[in-house]
Amino acid sequence: MAFNYDNYLRLEKMPTLWCWGCGDGVILKAFIRAINKMGVDQNDVCVVSGIGCSGRFSSYVDFNTVHTTHGRTVAYATGIKLARPDKLVVCVAGDGDALAIGGNHTIHGCRRNIDMTMIVINNFIYGLTNSQTSPTTPKGMWTVSQKAGNIDPTFDTCELAIASGASFVARETMLDPKKLEKILIKAMEHKGFSMMEVLSNCHINLGRKNKMVSAMENLEWIDNITVSKKKYDAMTPEEQLNLLHLGVLKQDTEADEYCDMYAEIQKVHQGKRSKITQDDFEKKI
Amino acid sequence: MATREIISTGNELAAIAAVDAGCKFFGGYPLTPSSEVMHVISDLLPKVNGVAIQMEDEIGGICAVIGAAMAGDRALTATSGPGMSLKAEQLGLAQMAEVPLVCVNVMRGGPSTGLPTRVSQGDILQSKNPSHGDYKSITFCAGSLAECYTEVVRAFNVADRFMQPVIVLLDETIGHMHGKAELPTLEEVQAGIVPRKTFDGPAEEYFPYQCESDEPAVLNPMFEGYRYHFTGLHHDKNGFPTEEIETCRKLIQRLEDKVALHEDEVESYEEFMMDDADFMIIAYGSVSLAAKEAIRHLRAEGIKAGLFRPITIWPSPAKKIKEYTDKIEKVLVVELNIGQFHSEVQRASSRLDIDGLFKVNGRPLSPYEIVNKVKEIL
Repeated sequence: MAFNYDNYLRLEKMPTLWCWGCGDGVILKAFIRAINKMGVDQNDVCVVSGIGCSGRFSSYVDFNTVHTTHGRTVAYATGIKLARPDKLVVCVAGDGDALAIGGNHTIHGCRRNIDMTMIVINNFIYGLTNSQTSPTTPKGMWTVSQKAGNIDPTFDTCELAIASGASFVARETMLDPKKLEKILIKAMEHKGFSMMEVLSNCHINLGRKNKMVSAMENLEWIDNITVSKKKYDAMTPEEQLNLLHLGVLKQDTEADEYCDMYAEIQKVHQGKRSKITQDDFEKKI
Repeated sequence: MATREIISTGNELAAIAAVDAGCKFFGGYPLTPSSEVMHVISDLLPKVNGVAIQMEDEIGGICAVIGAAMAGDRALTATSGPGMSLKAEQLGLAQMAEVPLVCVNVMRGGPSTGLPTRVSQGDILQSKNPSHGDYKSITFCAGSLAECYTEVVRAFNVADRFMQPVIVLLDETIGHMHGKAELPTLEEVQAGIVPRKTFDGPAEEYFPYQCESDEPAVLNPMFEGYRYHFTGLHHDKNGFPTEEIETCRKLIQRLEDKVALHEDEVESYEEFMMDDADFMIIAYGSVSLAAKEAIRHLRAEGIKAGLFRPITIWPSPAKKIKEYTDKIEKVLVVELNIGQFHSEVQRASSRLDIDGLFKVNGRPLSPYEIVNKVKEIL
């Protein structure tokens, strides 16, 4: 029997504002199926989104939902999670949200390793506001703010998250929704900061001026620039050059989680344990 | 009324007050001259199972505070002028989504990096409209060590009553002043806590933003079975984005009216030797201490001066100001900026002959400067 999404959607908000053929809906459905499979009560989930097309994600799903300012999802979510550490907190951000205006919150969320999942929907462009350059826009592509061709180097979301200390880092595309669902479950079940980058299309505002006028052409391009981690690892650096690897790129189940560590701080101040010192940590610097 | 005495600083008293008022969350970033608030509260909150976190920047600090407040906690942030500038956009979201929180601003010299370790009262107008758009700010200003405590306590109750941020202004002088403060007892403070209203009916009958045209939203804590939506966009009764013309108009009008039509609930001021005064000084914050000293000197010389001190700065006690300026000819506004509250006194009084004594070099005003200015006017 087909999966029934109705219980998890705010049906009165349908249809979505997303363009025909947009990948955001595929990601939203995979997310809902993942939550359902995990068996988490809707009342125990908080979805925090930012600004942009992905920002509307939170208003369509029937959980506790917050639509924040541009780029601040992780910072708002940090307050929510620390106030209620037993709840499932998920951020949904775009590439501009997570890597440009909110870059600082992203790297420090990763560094703290606070238990939340950050889904970054990367469509390589500022879609909602009509095609301005994003930190992931490939070099040489046309954008409305760089009509002569984009010269800004790109960010790799996952490399950034790994370098910043996130304990779970994964990348998938919306081309394989089943796989996406499975990896989303892994991300959300992981204890610690989970960076989940999902590559998606924007044939309207990335594609139409970059020879990918249909959703299919845009998706083919995504398919062509991605490869599984296994294949990627077997390649030479020259072969890897213009490819993004997919799958779970990092999972560290031993890393200290921030809410757990803060509970130790509370114990110190409540006289239940001695002060935290360098001896408490294997990795000190 | 039973009281207790604490020897402390203004910043430390603000932190103690927050915890006594039931605050469970602090988010902030180090910023002179407010940092001691964070230093103190980061020791106090873990004791009561609360959380204090130093975020990556000022913006992160207030975002985390708003998040914790959405979850249902009383939450505090503390900063100074540069931090207020950075927090402005998020304060706007808290106004729009009606999230209660308290923001302590220990004022230093500005604009920009200004005079980081020196006193100023240059953030009066900023605290009226830190963010873009229309809303009605509530701002208190502590004029004594004791008020660094009592105004923070009051701010938490008022934030929950009106469901919006409340700014408490300290200035560098009062934040770093060290001395004895006579405070209400903890029992009295706790007995005075009025938590935010919540809805306990069936979830399908809950509309957080459906309220009377002069009342705040009723926002239940998260995770308690009432799933709704927070947004900085114009929104409907459920909190969902809308551009429906009447809904947008009513929302912004309500944000104004929920405070404007209940100003009496937040109005607060002190009258010092005003009964027979024929010269009125208007001052607030640490400057009011110098003004009181000046008035004692002036009185000793037979000059009948008095002090009117607004404690609630926004909305300003405009009616009371008008009452006094209608009957007292000589009025002098003394402040550590170039007439920020002076312009409000002009507005409230409809008089353009209000005198001003302004100082903007980062140094406090001495009583003698005030005495000399009064004599110059007389």
